[in-house]
Amino acid sequence: MSDDATFEKFRACAVEVLQVSPDAVVLEASFSKDLDADSLDLVELVMALEEAFDVTVEENEIEGVETVGQAYDLISAKL
Amino acid sequence: MAESDTQRIVVVTGASRGIGAACASAFLANGDVVVGLSRSRGTTPTGAEFVTCDLTDPASVEDAFDEVTNRHGRIDVLVANAGITRDQLAIRMSDEDFSTVIDTNLLGTFRCARSALKRMIRQRSGSIIMVSSVGAFMGLPGQANYAASKAGLVGMARALAREVGSRSITVNVVAPGLIATEMTEVLGPERLEAMTTQVPLGRIGQAEEVASAAVFLASAGARYITGAVLSIDGGLGMGH
Repeated sequence: MSDDATFEKFRACAVEVLQVSPDAVVLEASFSKDLDADSLDLVELVMALEEAFDVTVEENEIEGVETVGQAYDLISAKL
Repeated sequence: MAESDTQRIVVVTGASRGIGAACASAFLANGDVVVGLSRSRGTTPTGAEFVTCDLTDPASVEDAFDEVTNRHGRIDVLVANAGITRDQLAIRMSDEDFSTVIDTNLLGTFRCARSALKRMIRQRSGSIIMVSSVGAFMGLPGQANYAASKAGLVGMARALAREVGSRSITVNVVAPGLIATEMTEVLGPERLEAMTTQVPLGRIGQAEEVASAAVFLASAGARYITGAVLSIDGGLGMGH
């Protein structure tokens, strides 16, 4: 899967789980500050991404993930 | 979501007898789909589905909830009722007697809540009712382990209520007193008689009287109730 296609798939998950517009999902966006996402939202997003990409994310890997870019890097590194 | 159009999916642990069976019957009478989770079918009410589940085994719990999700796609209500006693005076109570009760009653309930919440959070709706006990507040001799596990449920329910309230999920506790089930039969007629005289309403309660409270807490009418403890004990535990 190309980088673009991967990000599109990632963005679709974020849009559905966080209920934000696609335009808001940019690499620099902060989950808490820009996307109004709390820790529960982030966990939900990670679970949705695990399903969509068929990967596993350990609990400790989520710590420190604050931006869309960091979350995307986390997932794409596993593909 | 039109609740009246689609049947709710209600999971009851320990539905094979006692309060759990009564809860299963009550929700069935309410028109809900009921799935009972326990180690064996026992006297799980007819009309309720049954899925094997051992609360002390995390994989068993996750598998059971996966099965429910595969069959029905959602979980609307969890009645976390399954529980055991291993009564013994504290100075004679082994570590094992203590940890077994904590593992089934507290950790087992946590495992079920965790599994149910994964689904409820995505649904942005759901209701969890945990079955505690008057013993959690009064403290009864021989029940250091049981009381610890049942009191623990209250703290846990409240922590969960705060965690998931933003998703319109309620987490409440019912605290039954002396109820006519196998668990209280074990106390023996004399002790039962002695305890009943302490009940302001002067009698033992029926499992159905606990079930009706569970049905209420899961109902649309109770949507603003979360983190609450509802005692169903004839007044036995008043003041705690």
